[in-house]
Amino acid sequence: MKRPIRVVVAKAGLDGHDRGAKVVARGLRDAGMEVIYTGVHQTPEQVVETALQEDADAVGLSLLSGAHNYLFPRIAELMREKGMDDVLLFGGGIIPEEDIAALREHGVERVFTPGASLEEIAAYVRDAVGRRRGQAARA
Amino acid sequence: MKTQRRPGTKSTSKREWAEETYAAATAKVPERKPRFATLSDLPVAPLYTPEDLEGWDANEELGFPGEFPYTRGVQPSVYRGRLWTMRQFAGFGSPEDTNKRFHYLLRHGVTGLSTAFDMPALMGRDADDPLSHGEVGREGVAVSSIADMRILFDGIPLDQVTTSMTINGPASIVWAMYLAVAEEHGIPLVALGGTIQNDALKEYIAQREWIVPERAAMGLVVDTLRFGARETPRWNPISVSGYHIREAGATAVQELAFTLIDGLEYVKWGVDAGLDPSAFVPRISFFFDVHNDVFEEIAKFRAARRIWAREIQRRYHPTNERALMLRTHAQTAGVSLTAQQPYNNVVRVTLQALAAVLGGTQSLHTNSLDETYALPTEEAVTLALRTQQIIAHESGVADTVDPLAGSYYVEHLTNEMEKGFDRYLAEIERLGGMVAAVERGYPQREITESSFRFQQQVDAGEKVIVGINKHQVSDEEAAIPVLRIPPEVERRQVERLRELRARRDAGRWRDSLDALRAAATAATASKQAELMPAFLECAHACATIGEQVQVLKEVFGEYRDPGYY
Repeated sequence: MKRPIRVVVAKAGLDGHDRGAKVVARGLRDAGMEVIYTGVHQTPEQVVETALQEDADAVGLSLLSGAHNYLFPRIAELMREKGMDDVLLFGGGIIPEEDIAALREHGVERVFTPGASLEEIAAYVRDAVGRRRGQAARA
Repeated sequence: MKTQRRPGTKSTSKREWAEETYAAATAKVPERKPRFATLSDLPVAPLYTPEDLEGWDANEELGFPGEFPYTRGVQPSVYRGRLWTMRQFAGFGSPEDTNKRFHYLLRHGVTGLSTAFDMPALMGRDADDPLSHGEVGREGVAVSSIADMRILFDGIPLDQVTTSMTINGPASIVWAMYLAVAEEHGIPLVALGGTIQNDALKEYIAQREWIVPERAAMGLVVDTLRFGARETPRWNPISVSGYHIREAGATAVQELAFTLIDGLEYVKWGVDAGLDPSAFVPRISFFFDVHNDVFEEIAKFRAARRIWAREIQRRYHPTNERALMLRTHAQTAGVSLTAQQPYNNVVRVTLQALAAVLGGTQSLHTNSLDETYALPTEEAVTLALRTQQIIAHESGVADTVDPLAGSYYVEHLTNEMEKGFDRYLAEIERLGGMVAAVERGYPQREITESSFRFQQQVDAGEKVIVGINKHQVSDEEAAIPVLRIPPEVERRQVERLRELRARRDAGRWRDSLDALRAAATAATASKQAELMPAFLECAHACATIGEQVQVLKEVFGEYRDPGYY
């Protein structure tokens, strides 16, 4: 039997805008996932540690402070160092279009911008984690 | 269904109208929604008539402008004498960058300054703190010490322009730096006008820029109320803020209720510390959000004035009438702006600004169309300011006092706002007051519920946002210019801090921090212990924000997010 998808919803850095992160956390929980919300003001190390401890399938980062070009790649880098290649990393927030491609290259698979619906985000997480689990099963 | 009414005859009651005239009309063209509600979900009837204001006495509920209960305005002339202060919130990059923006805004007709600090400053961390990396100058101006404050306000006549500073956890520290810069310019403190936000409670409730736990933070606020009443009679040492509460997802009623109950909590703490309400309450100012639902917002501002006057009068009977007057700043709702079709934001901001003016705000910031991408460009800010100027000079709405008074709908909504406040006041008093309620996470959970419900309504299409769930454009390319903060800002700020640390008088610096530690320790034991003189000396001694905050954390402890969702 497949276990439910476990998602860490994280707020890294000094940013305090947590409305979106909490709404997404609720939305994913209502969509049947197990959600761990970190609260605000986490260091990149704390976020990755939480994802490891919680045996997460996915980490969702929310950032509205403009520090995404540092914090997102840093978390991706730490996840690689810990061998968490099978864990999905995605994000959302106030992120200009031209930064998104670079964040993808760093390993943030998808970045949601304002206006995304809960349904869209939940469907994406389900598919993306499903893909990864499929790959892991074949490997 | 009855036959159509004979020409020339009238319904004798709202009910008769609803059952005959309206029912006949909606039988042909049904209502376009199963349920009509305000943005905050208060039900909206098809029609309001005198029947909705039964028992309502205009003399009791409105009075006259400039008189109790101030529903129609705290000034008798409202905008016929002086227009509201057009105060654009600004701050980005280095202190030099923001100083240049301040001068630009003053040249283009703003009548007050408002400072946005970066995340490190808001969280009480210096530019070279490891947690500041990537955040310096990004969401506001980078300030770590008096050296930055000198540059930030260079060439600004501090005795003529009023300055608002959005700073909370380290509010006393940053305020002391501003006062110290004024002292360096030879300006007496009594001549300084301005505001520090300094609203600790809403940090735990919504904005999340806290430093120390709730009760210690309340003590710091009371210290500024005491210092302000004595030393800076033209300064507002607090701006009790609903803005962030609303942006975090609260309804208009929740914003109104939590903000006013926060205000009443500060007054209570001040009085408990021995302060005279007639001396300090007049300097308590407010800050509300102004969202899309025009009438709901107007009602909120009018109700806020009435409730504050009634509650302060009922509790304290102040000898100074100004203690009863709720003065407020307003800002259009950042959360209402969309990244999609960004020019639509200009229209939203116009409607919101109109509501704030019709609600009688004393001061207004209008958001820029590009703010879902980044801090605004100069062009975008200018358009936002021009929006206010057009409302002021071309629309005619500022030419008579409280023009919507007596509207059955607006008065009904104003009453509903007051009833909503009463319900929350009863619940929060039952929990032991706002500090206790915040410690238990009560307002935090109420807001989270509202924000989730709103998102569900948007996802279901019950609440329409043009460009998001209706009238979308596919494959839209964002083609507006966006302000970029170069990474050199962080390097330069870190370098400036290194120079300051090397250059300052080490003896005076160490003594200032020791004196602060002693004052903070004394404050844990006595409500009479004062901290502001110690913060002022720290400012002059070039102690940084981070160094002073570290002392406060050592004495009072550090607050951590309980992570409610």
